[in-house]
Amino acid sequence: MAEIIDLVLLAMLAITALSVIFLKDLFTVVMLFGIYSFLSALIFVNLDAVDVAFTEASVGAGISTVLMLGTLALTGRKEKTNNHKAILPLLVVCVTGGALIYGTLDMPPFGDPNNPAQQHVAPRYIQDSPQEIGLPNMVTSVLASYRAFDTLGETAVVFAAAIGVLSLLGLPKQDRAAIQSGLQSHIVLRVVAKMIIPLIVLFALYVQFHGDYGPGGGFQAGVIAAAALILYALVFGLPMATHVVSPNLLKALAAIGVLIYAGTGVVSLFLSANFLDYNVLASDPVTGQHIGIIAIELGVGITVFAAMLSIFYAFAAQAERKNIQ
Amino acid sequence: MSFIVDHYNYWIVVFLMMAGFYIVIAANNLVKKIVGLNIFQTSVFMMYISIGKVTGGTAPIAAEGITTYSNPLPHVLILTAIVVGVATTAVGLALIVRIKRAYGTVEENEFEDKEDLI
Repeated sequence: MAEIIDLVLLAMLAITALSVIFLKDLFTVVMLFGIYSFLSALIFVNLDAVDVAFTEASVGAGISTVLMLGTLALTGRKEKTNNHKAILPLLVVCVTGGALIYGTLDMPPFGDPNNPAQQHVAPRYIQDSPQEIGLPNMVTSVLASYRAFDTLGETAVVFAAAIGVLSLLGLPKQDRAAIQSGLQSHIVLRVVAKMIIPLIVLFALYVQFHGDYGPGGGFQAGVIAAAALILYALVFGLPMATHVVSPNLLKALAAIGVLIYAGTGVVSLFLSANFLDYNVLASDPVTGQHIGIIAIELGVGITVFAAMLSIFYAFAAQAERKNIQ
Repeated sequence: MSFIVDHYNYWIVVFLMMAGFYIVIAANNLVKKIVGLNIFQTSVFMMYISIGKVTGGTAPIAAEGITTYSNPLPHVLILTAIVVGVATTAVGLALIVRIKRAYGTVEENEFEDKEDLI
């Protein structure tokens, strides 16, 4: 049964990608990309990657789509007719694709438990991590403990990307006099948003602190919390949103998250262990691991939240400036 | 039949990758190029997750009575890659906004006579 679902979903994904090529209306392209992300999330669930599916659904279909729509608002929604020939790109793609297909023939069979990828470190993670780290979710154990150094790098990249966007576009100034903007006149949207936003924030907190036991964690929680405020900004206008969470606070939060993460590593250094070795954070190793993971997941969540929201603010401020002109 | 089932996921991955690649090199509009890059990127995610799947396995969250789990390592790599992916996409989109402001267009063929603006 799982194989048939896999077959159908992947075919749908291919069709979506194909239709993106032929469409000229960029609004439709972006919407299709949202669908593409949701389909990918479904496939990830089917392939047992629940944490990844969670992330793809909130990031790919949520934040990416909003940012792309924001860009379209500034650059126009029609792709102009293409006057250069499609033959050469098609040829390049066919040759590369043919070579890659030839390469896949040597790939080990899909789903075989004896594949090389399943032999290396994975058995150790699967057998030992629930006892060693004390968490049932192995993805969190690997992400936050065994490969914490990697995740520190990824968090720093998110932070750096936010700095990049802010230096390109700049953050909005906090307006004292809140201008009437957004979708204020749509009463249904306003009431529904007021009801939903607290629930989204609550859910984000649940995902943040329950990530050790079920799917979730700092990355997803940060994105979901940012989505709540993005919804607020869309409905009540950017000036109102900057009253709730000021751009300056976001700048500080983005840095504080990375500092919490790296600081946890430094604390373990001072307790005469390796960088990001949480075993020494408490009297027994499992409790130490638990404290360490909660601390760094919190750091990740704060940075991702601040980075995503400040990126959105930067785009929204551009759009607002364009409307005023 | 088993040959097809064994490689189907990888073929779709190659197809998606090439669809994304084609959009990147053939599309004229920069926003569409970014969509193409994202499709390319997602195809790589799909490949990693396909490699980590074990037939008969379940999600790598320890539970009683379950012995086979899929490989958690690709999940970790891709989970972080998705978030980094959206952050870098945002940088790309921000560059497009600046290009629009400097050149007045985001269509690649319209830059040709405006090169001295830099």
